[in-house]
Amino acid sequence: MDETTTIPPAPMTAEKPAPTIAMRAAGLDVFYGDKQALFSVSVDIPERQITALIGPSGCGKSTFLRCLNRMNDTIAGCRVTGIVEVGGEDIYAREIDVVELRRRIGMVFQKPNPFPKSIYDNVAYGPRIHGLAANKGELDEIVYSCLEKTGLLDEVRDRLDEPGTSLSGGQQQRLCIARAIAVNPEIILMDEPCSALDPIATARVEELMEELRALYTIVIVTHNMQQAARVSQNTAFFHLGKLVEWGATENIFTSPQDERTQGYITGRFG
Amino acid sequence: MTPSVDTETRRRLKLRHAAERRFRFYSIAAIAIALGALVVLLGNIVVSGTSAFITTEIKLTVRMDPAVIDPENTGKIEDWRQANYAVIVLRALQNIVPEATGRTDRIRLLRLASSGANDTLREMVLADPTIVGKTVTVTIPASDDVDMLRKGKLKAEGGRLSAAQVGWLKRMEEKGVISTAFNTRFFASGDSREPELAGIWAAVVGTAMTLLVTLVLSFPLGVAAAIYLQEFAPKNRWTDLIEVNINNLAAVPSIVFGLLGLAVFLNFLELPRSAPLVGGMVLALMTLPTIIITARTALQSVPPSIREAAVGLGASPLQVVAHHVLPLAMPGILTGSIIGMARALGETAPLLMIGMVAFIVDIPGSPRDPATVLPVQVYLWADSPERAFVEKTAAAVLALLVFLITMNGLAIYLRKKFERRW
Repeated sequence: MDETTTIPPAPMTAEKPAPTIAMRAAGLDVFYGDKQALFSVSVDIPERQITALIGPSGCGKSTFLRCLNRMNDTIAGCRVTGIVEVGGEDIYAREIDVVELRRRIGMVFQKPNPFPKSIYDNVAYGPRIHGLAANKGELDEIVYSCLEKTGLLDEVRDRLDEPGTSLSGGQQQRLCIARAIAVNPEIILMDEPCSALDPIATARVEELMEELRALYTIVIVTHNMQQAARVSQNTAFFHLGKLVEWGATENIFTSPQDERTQGYITGRFG
Repeated sequence: MTPSVDTETRRRLKLRHAAERRFRFYSIAAIAIALGALVVLLGNIVVSGTSAFITTEIKLTVRMDPAVIDPENTGKIEDWRQANYAVIVLRALQNIVPEATGRTDRIRLLRLASSGANDTLREMVLADPTIVGKTVTVTIPASDDVDMLRKGKLKAEGGRLSAAQVGWLKRMEEKGVISTAFNTRFFASGDSREPELAGIWAAVVGTAMTLLVTLVLSFPLGVAAAIYLQEFAPKNRWTDLIEVNINNLAAVPSIVFGLLGLAVFLNFLELPRSAPLVGGMVLALMTLPTIIITARTALQSVPPSIREAAVGLGASPLQVVAHHVLPLAMPGILTGSIIGMARALGETAPLLMIGMVAFIVDIPGSPRDPATVLPVQVYLWADSPERAFVEKTAAAVLALLVFLITMNGLAIYLRKKFERRW
């Protein structure tokens, strides 16, 4: 695909010149032990758009992503200072319940990681633990609609009892996306969701992201600049733990302000 | 081989293939030696043990003489318990060997039957007092010497039986009163000083009770400790210290746990001596480190991606463990626990310390009753001077092996069951 012709957000930004901010980071520092991984990152993530985080390996983009739903809490020695706001609420505030937070902010990982349970149970697990379905009928409805949204339903309709791990890589990743949206999140974080997939499965997942954009705010980490250009409306470029530049994808890719961004997107390093 | 390969390369290839063949040969030889040792060991036990599963019996026609059973004619059944049933057995034997009338001959004749014959008759009378005065046919166990002679493990001449006794036996065999039967007594009764009356059932029940106590105590405690240490505990100096100590405990000689049991459970807590309860507690202490270490390894081997997936969905730490990590680690935890239990099954030393080495005839009814366990029973019988205890010892070892195989079979079944859930 040609990156210059496929940047879609123009009509949308025309309708909504200033989209609502779903998520905002301000002065975010992250330390792993003594080592600082992120330096004062401040960025706004607009609602119901796809924001791509790009940058060379080890630049801190995955660390930043994991700050957004406090997945870094599980890493020993990780310390976060600064502010991350979701809907105007600081998610690092003391009174925030991290379990509820992670229901509101779903996550899809680099390697497809379905539970070693049936396809049905994979999707039903989240609604079950959060009590989102009052009875079996409601649960069925959630599971079917999530599988439908991810385009899996027709492929797996007769084998919902088979283990999720028996699916192909691309199907597994779509199952993980179905699992994430089953708890009705506001935001979905995706950590290089296509890096373990073949080009056809990648195209299918990208299509899916485009469809999901109407309902959810999506933040995606990607190594693949063409992918960032294809799917995202906003791009943030990280380098050595610093947020170098962020803004509308078309601007970043056509007229970067910083020479490091320029160098990275033209393939001079990274 | 392609012509482009030069001689030097060819020479090196040849050496490499030769080295591989040598390595293969060494490996096969090692396996063959190990298997050979196993075959010799098992073969030896089976050959010397299986003869204990059959025993010699004597069929006698006895007259339940009221003059012997109730000499003072009191008519009270309680008094009949004290009667000298040996006289009845002797008279029945004299029907077959009439010439044994002298004092020495009478004693020798009576020695062909087991002293358990008296008990057999007493129980018959107490169970049904109406048989007094009647003539009945009973099958009584032969003495261990007779049994050994018939199994060819005792010399006919110059052995423990005199020439006269051997002659009488021959006559009894001609009359068809001596027979060979399956040794139900061995599987159904407790220990005895008389080899022909001794059985393993008391030890089997004691073993089952002891292992049950061990399992009930060590499995939940061990798994809970492993889960906390692996999944929840902060990594600091204290948890490091605990970890080092657990690893050290796994290597402590088992008799030390016996000393601990003696000092704490018997002397301080004053729990009953020789009881499966205390034995199980001591073995649980011994098994705990093994279970904790293997359970931690099993928990550790659950892929982090599964944890991340659950955490990312908003599962609480307990839900992550209970719904995902523990079920995935369960097969490994079960294997580790069974290995620990199998070690406990074969353990003798700590049980000696808490008095489970006592001579226990009765089958224990509860974990607080005195009992013994199979390995201790093996140890006791191996120590006994009677020739007939040799085969009993081997047979008890066989029973122990069957116990072990059953436990391992159960573990494999449980593993398969847990794995099939996904």
